[in-house]
Amino acid sequence: MKCFNYPLYIRSVPSQNELKFHYTVHTSLDVVEEKVSAVGKSIGDQRELYLGLLYPTEDYKVYGYVTNSKVKFVIVVDSSNTSLRDNEIRSMFRKLHNSFTDVMCNPFYNPGDPIQSKAFNGIVSGMMVQTG
Amino acid sequence: MAFLSELKQDTQNALKYYRAAYSLVHELRAHETNMLEIKTMAGFINYKICRLCFQHNTPLDAIAQFRKHIDLCKKKIGSAELAFEHSAWMSKQFQSFGELFDEAIKLGLTAIQTQNPGFYYQQAACYSQDRKQMAQQLCQAGTTYPSPDPLDTQSGGLDFYGQRPWRQGHQSIDPTDPEKEKMGILALQIKERDVPHSELIIALLSNAVAQFKKYKCPRMKSHLMVQMGEEYYHAKDYTKALKLLDYVMCDYRTERWWPLLTAILTTALRCAYLMASVKDYIIYCMELLGRASTLKEEQKSRIEKNLFKVLMNKVPEAEAECDPSSVSAARSLWSDRMALSGSNELTVEMQDYIPFIQCKARFQSPSFHVDQPIQLQVFLRADCPHPVSFTKLSVSLSNQEYNQWCVVEPSGPETRTLSPWKPESYSFSFVARTEDVGRKVEITGVEVMLGSDGGRCVFLSWRGAGGDAASTQEALQASRSSRRWGRGAEARQEPDWDGVTLQHSTMIISRVPKISVQLSHQPPALSNEMYRIGLTVQSQEDAVARDVRLTAGLKPGQEAGLGQNTHVTLDGSAVCDDSAPALLTEVPLGDLKPGEQLQTCVFVRCVSTGPRVFLFHVAYSIDTAVEGRRIVCRCHKDETVAVETVVPFDVSVKFVSTKFEPLEQVAVDVPFLLMTDVLSSSPWPLLLSSSQLQLLTVTSNTPQLQSQLQQVVLQTGEGASECFCLRVPPGASSNSTMATGQYILSWRRKCYGSDGPLIQTTVPLPHVVLESVPLYIYADLPSFGRVRESLPVRYHIENRTAQLQEVEIAVDPSDAFMFSGLKQVRLRVLPGTEQALLYNFYPLMAGYQTLPQLSLSLPHCPTASGTALRRFLPQRIFVKPQGRQADDASIAAA
Repeated sequence: MKCFNYPLYIRSVPSQNELKFHYTVHTSLDVVEEKVSAVGKSIGDQRELYLGLLYPTEDYKVYGYVTNSKVKFVIVVDSSNTSLRDNEIRSMFRKLHNSFTDVMCNPFYNPGDPIQSKAFNGIVSGMMVQTG
Repeated sequence: MAFLSELKQDTQNALKYYRAAYSLVHELRAHETNMLEIKTMAGFINYKICRLCFQHNTPLDAIAQFRKHIDLCKKKIGSAELAFEHSAWMSKQFQSFGELFDEAIKLGLTAIQTQNPGFYYQQAACYSQDRKQMAQQLCQAGTTYPSPDPLDTQSGGLDFYGQRPWRQGHQSIDPTDPEKEKMGILALQIKERDVPHSELIIALLSNAVAQFKKYKCPRMKSHLMVQMGEEYYHAKDYTKALKLLDYVMCDYRTERWWPLLTAILTTALRCAYLMASVKDYIIYCMELLGRASTLKEEQKSRIEKNLFKVLMNKVPEAEAECDPSSVSAARSLWSDRMALSGSNELTVEMQDYIPFIQCKARFQSPSFHVDQPIQLQVFLRADCPHPVSFTKLSVSLSNQEYNQWCVVEPSGPETRTLSPWKPESYSFSFVARTEDVGRKVEITGVEVMLGSDGGRCVFLSWRGAGGDAASTQEALQASRSSRRWGRGAEARQEPDWDGVTLQHSTMIISRVPKISVQLSHQPPALSNEMYRIGLTVQSQEDAVARDVRLTAGLKPGQEAGLGQNTHVTLDGSAVCDDSAPALLTEVPLGDLKPGEQLQTCVFVRCVSTGPRVFLFHVAYSIDTAVEGRRIVCRCHKDETVAVETVVPFDVSVKFVSTKFEPLEQVAVDVPFLLMTDVLSSSPWPLLLSSSQLQLLTVTSNTPQLQSQLQQVVLQTGEGASECFCLRVPPGASSNSTMATGQYILSWRRKCYGSDGPLIQTTVPLPHVVLESVPLYIYADLPSFGRVRESLPVRYHIENRTAQLQEVEIAVDPSDAFMFSGLKQVRLRVLPGTEQALLYNFYPLMAGYQTLPQLSLSLPHCPTASGTALRRFLPQRIFVKPQGRQADDASIAAA
């Protein structure tokens, strides 16, 4: 799940409550923006892409990741899912980022269009299955 | 214990005891029956703990404690029938914690974006919503309130908080009286039904909104406002719901998060339907049909049908998921609305929405000549599943007069139809008015009329040249992709919708002139000269160019001082003065027949050097016809020329003595020479007509001062010199500087011939430093000598002082001369008189020979040394060899 302040790609595994996730991801952008602007002021370019846990809700944990070109990735997981440590999330983001880079390298892809890449889709599905 | 400590203000201890009590409560065996009791107690104690934590300024402890509390209690739902009670309790917990947090903040605690009371209020609201849902599910059974009231306790209060009133006094875990238990639960359920859930939720949400506003979470805020809107909708307060939803819709529209926007729009549409608000209904329909909506095709087609029903003044079908009772109410509202005949015209501003008809208008070109018809295209595209017909399309322009040509009103019953996803284009063309030349024509709006006068008509109005809330971003995307696929798009027949760019204004420019303007001149210009620029205007028009006018001169907008240093005139016969302007405007040149040619000259005088740009602007009027209309156009042609101005020549002046030795000081009443050198630096030959010396104080030694430079032509790099013999008149004070005068040259370019005016260039002469000499000595001697012929030399010694001067003179011998005269003499010169000494020199050798030197000394006047005086005397003389008269004679004889 990720976005450009408007979503390029959104997937959720239990698809029945998708609207709620849309809202969750959308609201998490508040925190992403705040974090990105705060970091930009102090350190400059040496920015950690992984933003960590964005904010806790009762039911979900929202993690954020922002690339250098300000493309935002957001992962929302169930807060009861304790098997996912920070490191796993980190590696998931890295995987997502790599895959996204591949998508961007596609000469037929027009930056800013919704992502319809099968490979990207496959990676995301793989991660979702893995996390259960 | 803890309470006591608290009363004693020993807060640290109180906290410790409260913590102990809290763990004790949780150690109690929890069962369905006493669950509420335990939770109530835990809640109280937790509240106390958190409050104390905040008081101790350890908010993290408070938050951790609260989390623990919630995690522990979350699962303790209690009896299934009264699950709403649990939700209510949870909600209460969150709310009170939020309030505590808020209070703490007011007392100076700083919260952050991700940890502020808003979250707790939000969660409280969330549980309230759960509560409402459960209540709706569970509380349908009971219809009559049981009597006797099981909640009514005789004592009027409960012994312990959280105990069931009907179970007071029982200690055992098993329910004592199942019948009584059932009655009690039913009573509670019925009571729950009367609780104004929505109001509670809205209150909590608005609290949360206020908090999030404070902590810069605009998106969170919008989300909550959506929830509030939905809650108002459930509470059937549709006006408020619409107001809130409308407010946040803009945010989501700018965020371009279409699924969310669609969800909100759907709710809003339901509200509008239930309120029977025609305008809102139409707007939401249009936006839901638009490309931003993520609704499925069949839903879209249903909405579109509804929309057309409204346009035909019929009642639309009910929206799905509406309360049946409200639907019937709405239906009657709608039919009332429809029965009202008036106010069936509606204007909707499109740029705030993402409507289902897209509009793009453009002028074919960013500028049109006034003799061309202006072409305007409007593209329309419908994004809805069914074809749409409109009744009228009109474009309004910044000049109202053109609007009449920009209306499409289909004649007859057939209306213009827009097929889904197929762009249609409508072209207009009109003739610009001649007054509008140089002005911009802008599209101020495009209006499409849907529906008919009989039913209801809606004017979709786009401000400017079309485009809506989403189209700028789309245009950006399109430009990115067209950069890659540009060639492919051109090949396609159908106009590519994304490739159509808006051109909302056009410039009306004057007609292309069909005349040629040629300039002939010889750059560079020489400073101060009357620089001639020839102008040839040749007409290539088919008709007579009338009222030809010329504007010529320095192009405006150059360096500031140039205007004062440049003078333009048409009269080349005389040098113009400083009053001539830098730009001649609107010089009438008469009419110009087809093919005719017109010549004129402009003279420019540049006082300072440097580059200049001159503008030649030829304007005329001509009659022409555009699409059958006769118009008079004014055309103009501009020609610019850059001219460098250079100095024509350099003049250097120096003073030398009569022996051509440079002088630093000029002695009073002693002749000296003034040398002038004129060095031409002009690339063109110059004719120096004459020169003139204007002297101040200094007088000329020659009675008739004549120019030696009459009619001299100088090529580039050539020089001309003059020499004048001057004398400072006696009486001038010594050791002072004195102005000598000025040197005036009259000249012109040779190529301009005799008709060009002569230019006077004045060169000021340098000042001289004067000195006075006590004794002046000069020699009278012939210009040359001859070997072995006597050479008489007379030395004059002049006493310029008021005293008697004694002079000792000795003549040094020289190899080249024999001489006769006084070898050594001592003489006295009376004041103001002169003495003459005569010598006869007899040259022995030919060529330049050094004369025998006179050594002078003034024993009584040490200031004037002999050497100082010697500079006045000639040093050498040319001696010619002896003539051979005899040989000459013999040659003549032979």
